[in-house]
Amino acid sequence: MSYLLQGEKGERRLFMGNEAIARGALEAGIAVAAGYPGTPSSEIIENLAKVSQQRQLYVEWSVNEKVALEVATAASLAGLRALCVMKQNGVNVASDFLLHLAGSGTRGGLVLVPCDDPGALSSVNEGESRHFARMIEIPLLEPGNFQDAREMIPYAFELSEQLRTLVMVRSVTRLSHASGGVTLGELPTGQPKAFFKHDGFILDPLAGAVLSAPVEYKHALQQEKIRNAAERFEDCPFNTYTGPPKPEVLIFTSSACNLYSLEAVRLLQAESRVGIVKMGTTWPLPPRFVEKYLRLAGKILIVEEVLPFLEENVKILAAELAPTIGAKIFFGKRDGTLPATGEMNPDRVITGLAKVLGISYDPMPAAYAQKAAAAVAGGAPDRDLTFCPGCPHRAAFWTIHNVLQLDHRQGFVCGDIGCYSLAMRPTGFETLKTLHSMGSGTGLASGFGMLKPFGMDQPVLAVSGDSTFFHAVLPALANAAHHRANITLVVLDNGGTAMTGFQPHPGLEVDAAGHTVQSLDITRICQAMGAEVHTCDPFDLETTQTILLELLQSKQGLKVLILKQRCALSPERKGRRMYEMRIDAAKCRGENCGCNRLCTRVFKCPGLVWDKAQGVSRIDEVICAGCGVCASLCPAGAIQKEAVQ
Amino acid sequence: MNPTRSILTADPYNIIITGVGGQGNVLASRVLGNMLIALGLHITIGETFGASQRGGSVMSHLRVSSQRDVSPQIPRGQAHLVVSLEPTEALRVLKEYGNAQAFVLCNMRPIHAISVISGETQYPEAEQLKQWVRDLSQKAWFLNATDAAMAMGNPIFGNIMLVGALSGTGLLPLDRELFAAAIGRMVPKDKIDLNLTAFDKGREMVKE
Ligand code: SF4
Ligand code: SF4
Repeated sequence: MSYLLQGEKGERRLFMGNEAIARGALEAGIAVAAGYPGTPSSEIIENLAKVSQQRQLYVEWSVNEKVALEVATAASLAGLRALCVMKQNGVNVASDFLLHLAGSGTRGGLVLVPCDDPGALSSVNEGESRHFARMIEIPLLEPGNFQDAREMIPYAFELSEQLRTLVMVRSVTRLSHASGGVTLGELPTGQPKAFFKHDGFILDPLAGAVLSAPVEYKHALQQEKIRNAAERFEDCPFNTYTGPPKPEVLIFTSSACNLYSLEAVRLLQAESRVGIVKMGTTWPLPPRFVEKYLRLAGKILIVEEVLPFLEENVKILAAELAPTIGAKIFFGKRDGTLPATGEMNPDRVITGLAKVLGISYDPMPAAYAQKAAAAVAGGAPDRDLTFCPGCPHRAAFWTIHNVLQLDHRQGFVCGDIGCYSLAMRPTGFETLKTLHSMGSGTGLASGFGMLKPFGMDQPVLAVSGDSTFFHAVLPALANAAHHRANITLVVLDNGGTAMTGFQPHPGLEVDAAGHTVQSLDITRICQAMGAEVHTCDPFDLETTQTILLELLQSKQGLKVLILKQRCALSPERKGRRMYEMRIDAAKCRGENCGCNRLCTRVFKCPGLVWDKAQGVSRIDEVICAGCGVCASLCPAGAIQKEAVQ
Repeated sequence: MNPTRSILTADPYNIIITGVGGQGNVLASRVLGNMLIALGLHITIGETFGASQRGGSVMSHLRVSSQRDVSPQIPRGQAHLVVSLEPTEALRVLKEYGNAQAFVLCNMRPIHAISVISGETQYPEAEQLKQWVRDLSQKAWFLNATDAAMAMGNPIFGNIMLVGALSGTGLLPLDRELFAAAIGRMVPKDKIDLNLTAFDKGREMVKE
């Protein structure tokens, strides 16, 4: 039985934040869950998919976040409870629908869980989803610990049904991917029935047609819901205070920053001077609750991640209340007490709080810090991120890079989102020259491909993963095809959403729950758009190079090259070598080869190491994944492969 | 009175498990976490996932308290114990979280950063690395867990050997039964014996 379903009510278990959220959703009795994979959110849908059969749920990895929200909303409109999950960027993708959904209202409980990634630990941006809640006027909750993460989900569903609106529960990397103790609640029984009522009076929220018009009427209704939410939040159990009755400094905080603030107060031994208000409901703020605590202290420190969202909202209330509670001195991101960018941690809060309290704190004796810094400078070379050993992308970018060099026209590649984004770095020979959002590589290429009348004759390429292809490349590709943009799209098809842990996508014959489903053929889709399409194995360096060079040099219009090879970590390849590799030390000419150490200095697969003492290349048998590619690089034939039976 | 209070030399007791993406330190932190929670302790774990796992330095912060959940990130200079799957990573962690009282358990198998592979930087000698680690800790144990794990057929057992070694140091109350119970819930039945063997080998490695 899945870990998620084990344990009785009241039992305490070690749960990852994302597991706690998934468990909360099960306790809330969801019927449907949909999402698109993205770190740090993916484990929520993954865990729900694992128990979908047992709990009679419908769980899907949708083609993108907007569709995921639409799928979840359909369940709500049919009277079911539904959960929708995505990483922060996904909220941008879903935002058009989101705005209209806030206007149209919901029926069965509908909860959106976006997971933000402060500090961009696994993102190419430091986006913030909380602003959407204020912008489109829906309630926002933020779990301040692991227990909250579980309990808030059922609470959010109740709230959604009371107000008939979407509720957002925002998590962050350090909650989603951290683990802590969670006391379990009860799992409900029974299967709800789906039915979409649509023949009632048009303004009937439960039986009429569903839309965001008449706009002024619906907008007023939405604001009424927000006022109602603020009222309910006045005595919400997720808003708590820890500290003395008369603190000198009051911290307002939410999310993982609550845990950092508690730690900071403890390490500074400031328990008698500082109080912490943990806000679980950060939009709308409950005004009387906030007022009660604002009255306690003259100095207010706001601790949060990404943008000063809580800070601004508390300040608005404080300004409105100033005639009765007096002026307050605020500290936070806006005055520089806390850093404006990057993720928060206990040390950053300690530094900020120590400043406000006028005390000093020394986390590490200077002598130790110096010694350690010297050891790292001399002994721990920086670790740049790399493709895994045996990754098909290394081979693909090797060829793309070489072809662009051979072509001499300063061609370039527009990048996209996935493991292959790493081709911005040395591991991918710094081949990518632009990198933005999902699908943007092809969109940009489509634009570059139209600039010939302005004298641009550089070859234009874009890359896309297989999952990204369906998520957002399709419309850009249609645009390129329609306008006859002269570009080459290289689809790096590694058979799954590798970056986030192999979630299926429409190109595969399997869905989130493991059922066999219809797969969509990328080749035929591209052909139907009128593209010239070729397919080959990127591990076959020679053939790939020949095809790509030919596409670039003698073909016009939209060309697609599909490079098909499974990810090295895929279930099919992980732990299974295609080749046993060995290096014939007698043949390796070392530094004298004239190849500039093609194998290690240039290709840089971590499975190959340079044996300084012997002056030859060596296979690291712990790391090598046995893909065989390096054998075709060595001009001396020193790297040898033998097929594993 | 909480019977577990006395078994921790500090509260919270802060452990960092570090290594390079792909070495499986999430596995080690999960095993340790499950063993410690079985003792009735509060465990908070912070981990690195996603892009940062691709050949980058990875860390799990494992915090143990008899009283409460704490932050998933350990504050600077506050580690009590560093378990490192790769020697240069031990240095990197000590620089941020170390102190002269810290204990270090270090696997000596190097994983070369691509700047080392390409020849732009040099990987230090093993003896020099050991000296640096000793200088930055109260006591350090150095093991060749990866080699022993390869001999068992899979480098991933190196993680379990380190858990065994940690048990052998006596720094925390982690005995064999506790391990057997935790691993029994985490791996298929036919893998339990191999894991127990790895655990025992790890224990042997720190016997003085
Ligand atoms: S997970 Fe797969 S696609 Fe990503 S870097 Fe590793 S081998 Fe390449
Ligand atoms: S065969 Fe060569 S290229 Fe492939 S993983 Fe091993 S060392 Fe790397």
